[in-house]
Amino acid sequence: MSGNEEDDDLDLRELNDEELVEQIQDDLYDGLKEEVVEGVEILLERGWEPYKVLTEALVGGMKIVGDDFRDGILFVPEVLLAANAMKAGMEVLRPLLVETGAPKAGKMVIATVKGDIHDIGKNLVAMMMEGAGFEVINLGINTDAEEFLKAVEEHNPDILGMSALLTTTMPYMKTVIEELEKAGRRDDLIVLVGGAPLNADFAEAIGADAYCRDAAVAVDTAKELLKRRHNQRADA
Amino acid sequence: MSRTDLRSLLSSRKWLLADGATGTNLFTMGLESGEPPEFWTTGRPDDIRALHQGFVDAGSDIILTNTFGCNRHRLKLHKAESRVPELNEKAARIAGDVAEAADRPVVVAGSVGPTGEIFEPAGTLPYDEGVEAFAEQIAALVAGGVDVIWIETMSAEEEVRAAVEAARRVAPDLPVVATMSFDTAGRTMMGVTPVRCVELGKELGLDAVGSNCGTGAPDLLAGILEMTSADPDFVIVAKANAGVPEFVDGEIHYSGTVEMAGAYARMALDAGARIIGGCCGNTFEHVKAMHDALVGYQGGPRPTIEQITEKLGPLTQGGQKSGCAHGCAHGAGEGGTEGEGRPRRRRRRRG
Repeated sequence: MSGNEEDDDLDLRELNDEELVEQIQDDLYDGLKEEVVEGVEILLERGWEPYKVLTEALVGGMKIVGDDFRDGILFVPEVLLAANAMKAGMEVLRPLLVETGAPKAGKMVIATVKGDIHDIGKNLVAMMMEGAGFEVINLGINTDAEEFLKAVEEHNPDILGMSALLTTTMPYMKTVIEELEKAGRRDDLIVLVGGAPLNADFAEAIGADAYCRDAAVAVDTAKELLKRRHNQRADA
Repeated sequence: MSRTDLRSLLSSRKWLLADGATGTNLFTMGLESGEPPEFWTTGRPDDIRALHQGFVDAGSDIILTNTFGCNRHRLKLHKAESRVPELNEKAARIAGDVAEAADRPVVVAGSVGPTGEIFEPAGTLPYDEGVEAFAEQIAALVAGGVDVIWIETMSAEEEVRAAVEAARRVAPDLPVVATMSFDTAGRTMMGVTPVRCVELGKELGLDAVGSNCGTGAPDLLAGILEMTSADPDFVIVAKANAGVPEFVDGEIHYSGTVEMAGAYARMALDAGARIIGGCCGNTFEHVKAMHDALVGYQGGPRPTIEQITEKLGPLTQGGQKSGCAHGCAHGAGEGGTEGEGRPRRRRRRRG
């Protein structure tokens, strides 16, 4: 193993576990789908628990991608390619995770609100949340309060994410929160909002739990708020 | 007055005034949230005429057609993808009528916005399909008589290339302008720097490049400074939002005042922009204030980031994202920051 750029034939099987996990994380960072899948399969062959492969190799790798996105080192194209590679790895793991009853990070319902058809940012959040081990139900664009409510009833998520790119559609987020309150579901949920024209003041004004500037921040915020909620419940 | 050509107007004038917001002003006129502004071209043509007239009366030399989202990918989301030719051509004619009735030369710019899709390989839209979609829209704009193809609010280099290729194919001699939105740590969402945008403009032989929308005016002007230091002679467009949207008593207001619009216009000129206008939040009054501030203005020294933020408010994309103050990054790196940041071990596999 030279680690040389010229070395085309890096054999993942020659790496020890620790090196292999690092290599998977690197390949994830570079958006190399097939290599990520191969690495995941090798770890499984070596008897790793699917959940351990998920958290250490994939979630760990996506965390680096997310941090560099947040810090302005990576931009949307690189993140999309990394997320696609992550997804390919997840497809191998998903059935095994179900089989083994592995714990889940949490569940999120996400959509772009009524009147708004912009979905690039929202899809990025969905992918990064999946990358962090969350189960994500993506309702798409132009979603009204009734559809949000229905999805909440059906999926019982921990987190509800709303996105808007237009200044004219962002006030609709408040409508959704009001409808959740009326239905008695608001307190069951962590409500995260995002989109180019939003800010923290707006999130507070409409009664959301947090504004997330980008997909990486959304992941960190979701984890943090979930942890806090678990602790509160444990105290109660 | 007859219409004019952007190139001759640019050669005879120190600056040109573009227009302001389309969406913001149509919402004031009653456009419903979620309703595409393009439908008003046929549904409420008098209001579209009034929009253009308002900007011409405010002093705009360039008006943009109501066709920002008028490509098949955007209209498909409203089940109106078959209306691309009709809506673009009609919109161009409405703007053309207003320009021709003006008492001075006014240029009609055919607005071409993004498809909303991400191009391959990061996304799913093949480049050729992008070119096709733009060619369909631009052909209709040209049939309606636009004077310049105005590609705007772009994030991805390949999407700009696709739109320019379509423009060249459909109307090889028409001037082409492209502006991008630098809303993420001083770059576009897809990572394009202002300097890269200028290089692209030169490579593609565009008449002008620039920056529109994004976040607030201070950030936009910081990008303009980068562009004009990369090439002081290339024609640069500045079309900033009127501050940032704020939520007050259940409604959205833009923080940028009419007074700030005048200060913004002068600083944009001093930063080296030749075409100045506004994007979201800019009313007729804002554009009039830009006009009044520019007429007779003798010009001043190139503004610093400090002077910009002092007059127009803080940068919004600064340190939080880049890990370094925006002003600092702009002062030092000048776009050559690719690959900087934390060093990362990279062991690429090939083949």
